[in-house]
Amino acid sequence: MYDVAIIGSGPAGLSAALYTSRANLKTLVIGKDRGALEKADRIENYFGMAEPISGCELVENTRTQARNLGVELIEDEIFHISWENGFQLEGKEGAYEANAVLLATGTGRQTVKLKGIQELEGKGVSYCAICDAFFYRGRQVAILGNGEYALHEMSQLLPVVQSAVLLTNGEPLKVQAPEGVQVIETSLASVDGQEYVEGVTFTDGTSLAVDGVFIAMGSAGAAELARKAGAMINGRHIQVNEGMETNIPGLYAAGDCIGGLLQISTAVGEGAKAAMSMIKFVRTVQKSS
Amino acid sequence: MEIIEITEQNFEKEVLNSDIPVLVDFWATWCGPCRMQAPIIDELAGEVSGVKFAKLNVDENGSLAQQYRVMSIPTLIVFKEGKVVASAVGLQSKGAVKEMIGV
Repeated sequence: MYDVAIIGSGPAGLSAALYTSRANLKTLVIGKDRGALEKADRIENYFGMAEPISGCELVENTRTQARNLGVELIEDEIFHISWENGFQLEGKEGAYEANAVLLATGTGRQTVKLKGIQELEGKGVSYCAICDAFFYRGRQVAILGNGEYALHEMSQLLPVVQSAVLLTNGEPLKVQAPEGVQVIETSLASVDGQEYVEGVTFTDGTSLAVDGVFIAMGSAGAAELARKAGAMINGRHIQVNEGMETNIPGLYAAGDCIGGLLQISTAVGEGAKAAMSMIKFVRTVQKSS
Repeated sequence: MEIIEITEQNFEKEVLNSDIPVLVDFWATWCGPCRMQAPIIDELAGEVSGVKFAKLNVDENGSLAQQYRVMSIPTLIVFKEGKVVASAVGLQSKGAVKEMIGV
């Protein structure tokens, strides 16, 4: 078990890792990519940049710095977080356990804006298959997604539903759909239903009757992971206090996923604050065990 | 006030025929967010009078969950004189629950 698991290897996540590792906490950083900095050609407004460097270079420098301090960095995509005497993280490559978790995955870039989605949330539109599959026993559902995350959500649904359809909403399918699962790549126009989800309509005018639509576009963002764990979120942003603590003891969030000023300097500062809180939390857990 | 455990047997008496509004928390043991909702409801039950606080395990009372079209948990439903007057899906803050019950 790790003392600290950090999901996201951008400025907030890596900054926190530097502090927790230096405090001698066994620290794991799980990253998927370089995040928003991948596309930043020149960083000119950050402390100490006499000569601008690229976002990639800045992240790589910090990764090396973290590794040198003993931080374990791995590449994986996390689909689910639950907690029971510590946190369990479920990823594509494996499962991880930690006493404290920091969500620092940046902002979700793959938000789905479709007529009907917001209005029908909790009335057939779901963001968590493992949480809500129970209510769709013997029913027809659609999973909106095109990657590993969609497959993960589908694997939770297939054992209980009558049928499941994968809708990519015009995006190319990046994975192999399970045998027998219908895939529709046409773009969607709306999710329909008066009081509850009754179906979806495509941009070509055709429609499909379903009782539920599970949203799993792209990868699970911080807000989805937080929601699954039971953290309070406000729109797309995770609610935290000054110490970057969510409402769940041991779960923290920092960086773009909590909103505010989306800058490296803020993310680095929030990562440091989260680290201080995590160090205190893990020390308490260690004392009581 | 004590939190009442609602079942298919006592639903009519404790919820539909209640003289005061009833807030029912639809939950299950496997639901992470439900475990965060419970202490908020517990706290309110200790502070607010004139409202009955209840919880209903959807695993054990599936037909009631189905009847009220619960499709995601936690779901909170407020009943007044046997009728649904407010409902909310997903984890709700203390302030949001207070608003639902009108205090």
